[in-house]
Amino acid sequence: MSVAAVTAPPAPPAHLAETVAAVLAAHAGREGALLPILHDLQAEFGYVPGESYDAIAAALRLSRAEVAGVVGFYHDFRAAPAARHVIKLCRAEACQAMGGAATQARLERALGMKLGETQGNVTLEAVYCLGLCACAPAAMVGDRLVGRLDDSAIEAIAEEVRA
Amino acid sequence: MKIYVPIDAAARACGADMVAAAVVSAAALKGIEVELIRTGSRGMVWLEPLVEIETPAGRTAFGPMTPADVPALFDAPESHPKALGLTEEIPFLKRQTRLTFARCGVIDPLDLAAYEATGGMAGLRRAVATKPEEVVDEIAASGLRGRGGAGFPTGIKWRTVLHAKAPQKYIVCNADEGDSGSFADRMLMEGDPFTLIEGMAIAGIATGATKGFVYIRSEYPDAIRVMREATRIATREGMIGASVLGSAHGFDLEIRVGAGAYVCGEETSLLNSLEGKRGVVRAKPPLPALQGFMGRPTVVNNVLSLAAVPWIMANGAQAYHDIGVGRSRGTIPLQIAGNVKFGGLFETGFGITLGEIVNDIGGGTASGRPVKAVQVGGPLGAYHPVSDFNLAFCYEEFAGQGGLIGHAGLVVHDEAADMLSLARFAMEFCAVESCGKCTPCRIGAVRGVETLDRVRAGDAAALPLIEDLCETMKLGSLCALGGFTPYPVLSALRNFPEDFMPQQEAAE
Repeated sequence: MSVAAVTAPPAPPAHLAETVAAVLAAHAGREGALLPILHDLQAEFGYVPGESYDAIAAALRLSRAEVAGVVGFYHDFRAAPAARHVIKLCRAEACQAMGGAATQARLERALGMKLGETQGNVTLEAVYCLGLCACAPAAMVGDRLVGRLDDSAIEAIAEEVRA
Repeated sequence: MKIYVPIDAAARACGADMVAAAVVSAAALKGIEVELIRTGSRGMVWLEPLVEIETPAGRTAFGPMTPADVPALFDAPESHPKALGLTEEIPFLKRQTRLTFARCGVIDPLDLAAYEATGGMAGLRRAVATKPEEVVDEIAASGLRGRGGAGFPTGIKWRTVLHAKAPQKYIVCNADEGDSGSFADRMLMEGDPFTLIEGMAIAGIATGATKGFVYIRSEYPDAIRVMREATRIATREGMIGASVLGSAHGFDLEIRVGAGAYVCGEETSLLNSLEGKRGVVRAKPPLPALQGFMGRPTVVNNVLSLAAVPWIMANGAQAYHDIGVGRSRGTIPLQIAGNVKFGGLFETGFGITLGEIVNDIGGGTASGRPVKAVQVGGPLGAYHPVSDFNLAFCYEEFAGQGGLIGHAGLVVHDEAADMLSLARFAMEFCAVESCGKCTPCRIGAVRGVETLDRVRAGDAAALPLIEDLCETMKLGSLCALGGFTPYPVLSALRNFPEDFMPQQEAAE
């Protein structure tokens, strides 16, 4: 029930060393491989485990601090897993022009949480543009894009993540 | 019976997948054999999901469709309540000059044979049979300028890379389309990926670069999937790879994914990100054309610049140059978005006025209330009042009016818009997305939010501070993020001063 996603780092996932080694091997020799590696690790674990930094740093001949600096720079990379359902609501101008602020308020009410929070099964985040600017307001629920976000669409999202 | 349903992300966000499933099940129920083809989008987003049926007279359109509307398609299509007639005759499409987007929404994006059958590959064939210098001359003569927003002449950039000596050169496609109101890159990558691949291969031949990257933002999963698959097909079929169309030119392509950083749309920050670093901006010079990816000569072009290249090579520079006005030549894919009745992509020659775009093509606001402001060129573009509606859409006209055309996205706001909130949002966005390298952007944006909050609280003394801060950000920032954030802020302040009045005064 906290705004800051997670305070204590999660316990390291099982088979961490093997998975990291396999991902590093898959990208061996690639120019500028760090982002593809981090994407693969996040796809594997749902976040980028801090325990993987040393192995990445050694493989790419970087310092641990450089790896941590890159992970920390990008909004996408998580230090802890997100909830099972991730809802990303667009806050950018085109969605605002179609009543985005009211949409946000309605969605927050329907979910009983604020933008930026993780509660139980649900993470609700802001995103700045999904490229759905001519069918605004828009959101992404898991992998699914939703345009023309009206009351019934908001209710359907709340229903879906409650299930 | 041939039926077309878009697979474009905007169409899917409006339910295209459910409509496609309904087509399959309704056809099975009625025992009708249907060939279902998933295409890109025609760009008429208000009509999505748009379903098309092939008839002897041409493709006829129906939209916006719901699954419940589908069964009636098989009974009496002419009298279907969602019938729109021949697709090509819909005024929004008919009025366009579709060069770059000619195939988008027409063919299956991953059908290379259909791509060739509709004119694809002709530009690349000509390029492999032409001297690199002459390819560069052709692009220079066309007048093509960077469609990402900066408007730098593409031919000059290519010539710099061609003449640079290095063991390895690169073509980098900037597909980090983060501007709100812009979706042309996404639509093209999802709807006609081979056009972009062809444009990149031609750029490689012209400059001697044998390796290319497309850097796509992570918010575009559909575009990433289509581009990866199209790259695999193009390599397998010899369109690119060790020998481009059997020639001595090699060109390998790799799709890379961003990680949620708006600033990576700036070319030097994109290059750092591609190298696996924090996406911080580099000081220029050195130019990326001389020291780009891994310190080597690199062409960094926007999706739309590269996607315009095959048409120019196939039809000649003069044909492209004949379209447009002044120093803005060729076509520009306008993206009309926000609170607008007919939102979507409209490709046309430069020179059309802002008023024509918003009122005639866009049909005014979706809400039916009067237009208050139009933000042109993304989050860093100016808010134009209705009195700017006579402005011609081209690089110089907008620059002369304290604005920019950027990536040609337009976001329409109706009279409910609060310009002080939008100005504050511009500063807030800059604060969230600043790479942190230069002080005017990193600290200025935070101070901008605080100072606009003082304006909101009724502190009139804060307004001169905003002007002063914007001046500092404009002149002192390293890149366009900090340097252009003043555009929306100052244009909102100058064009809509009443929204910045302390509230008690405004109420009087």
